Amino acid sequence: MSFRKLGLGLAAATMLAGMALPAFAQDSVYVPLFTYRTGPFAGSGTPIADGMHDYLRMLNERDGGIGGVKLVLEECETGYDTKKGVECYESVKGKNPVVVNPWSTGITLPLIPRASVDKIPILSMAYGLSASARGDIFPWVFNPPATYWDGLSMIVKYIGEKEGGIDKLKGKKIGFLHLDASFGKEPIPLLQELSKELGFEVALYPVAAQDMQNQSSQWLSARRDRPDYMIMWGWGSMNGAAVKEAVRSGYPMDKFYSVWWPGEDDARSGGAGAKGFKMLNWHAVGTNFPAIQDIQKHVVDKGLSKAPKDKVGELLYNRGIYNSLLIAEGIAQAQKLSGKKAVTGEDVRRGMENIKLDPARLKELGLEGFTDQLALSCADHNGHRAAFMQEWDGTKWVKISNPIEPMTDRVKGQLDAAAKDYAEKNAGWPKRTEACDKAS
Amino acid sequence: MDILYKIFIEPFVFMGEAPDLLIQTLWEGLVSGVLYALIALGFVLIFKASGVFNFAQGIMVVFAALTLVGLYEKGVPAFLALILAALAMLVLAVVVERVVLRPLVNQPDIILFMATFGLTYFLIGFGELIFGGNPKEMITSALLLPQGTTELDMLGGMVRFQHLDIAAAVIASIMIGLLAVFFSKTRIGRALRAVADSHKAALSVGISLNQIWVIVWFAAGIVALVAGIMWGARSGVSFSLQIIALKALPVLILGGFTSIPGAIIGGLIIGVGEKIGEFYWGPLVGGGVETWLAYVIALLFLLYRPQGLFGEKIIERI
Repeated sequence: MSFRKLGLGLAAATMLAGMALPAFAQDSVYVPLFTYRTGPFAGSGTPIADGMHDYLRMLNERDGGIGGVKLVLEECETGYDTKKGVECYESVKGKNPVVVNPWSTGITLPLIPRASVDKIPILSMAYGLSASARGDIFPWVFNPPATYWDGLSMIVKYIGEKEGGIDKLKGKKIGFLHLDASFGKEPIPLLQELSKELGFEVALYPVAAQDMQNQSSQWLSARRDRPDYMIMWGWGSMNGAAVKEAVRSGYPMDKFYSVWWPGEDDARSGGAGAKGFKMLNWHAVGTNFPAIQDIQKHVVDKGLSKAPKDKVGELLYNRGIYNSLLIAEGIAQAQKLSGKKAVTGEDVRRGMENIKLDPARLKELGLEGFTDQLALSCADHNGHRAAFMQEWDGTKWVKISNPIEPMTDRVKGQLDAAAKDYAEKNAGWPKRTEACDKAS
Repeated sequence: MDILYKIFIEPFVFMGEAPDLLIQTLWEGLVSGVLYALIALGFVLIFKASGVFNFAQGIMVVFAALTLVGLYEKGVPAFLALILAALAMLVLAVVVERVVLRPLVNQPDIILFMATFGLTYFLIGFGELIFGGNPKEMITSALLLPQGTTELDMLGGMVRFQHLDIAAAVIASIMIGLLAVFFSKTRIGRALRAVADSHKAALSVGISLNQIWVIVWFAAGIVALVAGIMWGARSGVSFSLQIIALKALPVLILGGFTSIPGAIIGGLIIGVGEKIGEFYWGPLVGGGVETWLAYVIALLFLLYRPQGLFGEKIIERI
């Protein structure tokens, strides 16, 4: 082949590529999904990844996308590794993503300062930096429907009520079993503050990532310290191993609480002895919702999902659905506000500040009763919604409480101080310049 | 003074005040130690035969356990699945010998070590491709492993013995004993020791290096299968089990890379040492000392016996 022909070929290919790119941008919205289907955290990551993907894929299959534009979905495997997560971010940011879901507090933290520069909103759903709930300081970060600090305050409040009043926690001992990483340490400042305020003692039990499946020391220590209650902040294979070890060590399971991350498999691993294990949650399990039935019809039954059929509707799968519900609503609101079909990250940031998932909207989406309502705003990127307590009955989760509101009076001051502190410590932290929509 | 009291007096006072917890901690340490020893044994076998530190031993534990559980989930009866998992480890041994070791024979040890790195990542990917990344439950009852707990009132308190832990300690001890007899009393065992002493001398008397490597990798695979069953029964089968296998490193430093008794004693010292350290001294620094204490213990031993407790003293003419 002559150089002339080669040159012509290259020029033609470049022209074609150039023609194809705008078409891609006009007809679709790019939604990268950071997932981990491999490694020690895959047990939690896989069902969430399936739920996230399947809901958005269902919108593509059933409705042709959102507002007439297809969603281009692309997974990037992070392995729950911060370095790989940042690499994923760098690899997708040139493709105009409308939102990024890091699915790891460790990955979220380094992305927070980049978000405002790259104009890509970060959705860290119920994880990440609690203080990023402050929309005036973190306009590009969203962490609905509740922060880790809200979650911790709900568990402490629930335990307090069990004891006959929050003041009855005085003199009690609360053990805190946590992954020794950014995620697991996130609620510790609030726990220590609450312990001072309410007069309970705290015993910390860190679990290193390499010892997630080797927790006998932590549970031996718990036997030594005799905590009245145990609260777990675990992820991946740590959760199942903790339930097993708690059963092995004879810890009373009705005193063992967790934040919202264990799934059915984690509880099941403790066998019959795991009965009574409790955790927070804010959405339903099961498939008895038109939207989830549409997922089964349009995605799972057609072989377009990676999820085994019997896993559809399980807790972490539905958690993934909730995450994608927020993405979809952010995009829909962005389309409404901007009048554009192919919205950008900047539009979706605005859209997310205008999310209003009230009962009527949830019904319209085929998710009536799936979750409590949620409204975000320019100032509040979290919602600080209530969660409920559910208990493992040996085969399934059973809801055992009414909605538990976070202890806003105790958390808000801490959260505001932490947000201010973050902005001060990160020299040159930009003041919010993004305008607020009237509705938000 | 307060800190000195907390370091040197308080833990021992507590040991005396709650001897049941001391017994419990020692028991937990012994069980962990036996399992560490089992993993370390896999490393020792391969190192003895080929001078290669097999970085893939950890993932072999996961791979063996996943094969067993995966076959069972496909409907294969438990004991047939056990045999098939053992056969899978034989196939792996043959493939490793053919594809990795044979082409690299006479290469520097570091090249072979790096090859086991490659093997590790291959097995991770291959395992995830076949079995998926989700944790699985070990088929404890199908394998007729005992479950339940015996609670003994003793020394003014109560000590809990998990039947599974007792079984793990017994099975691991039998396994270690059998391997020790196999390698010291049988013809193949003597051939292995000859290979370990000198490849060239072994070749000169007609010992097949290739055959020995397959046997040794297969033996390490069987050890990995047993370790995978026992660890998996304790805490589930997932890819994070391979990280636990790295606990065998301080065991090897302590016991010596070439000694089977060293792996056993080293495993027990590390297992008991880290549990005692975490339980009695961990609270002084906010817990979490277990992750590094094993290495501190190993390094302290290294100061006095660089070759490990039972390792061969290497004297080289300069």
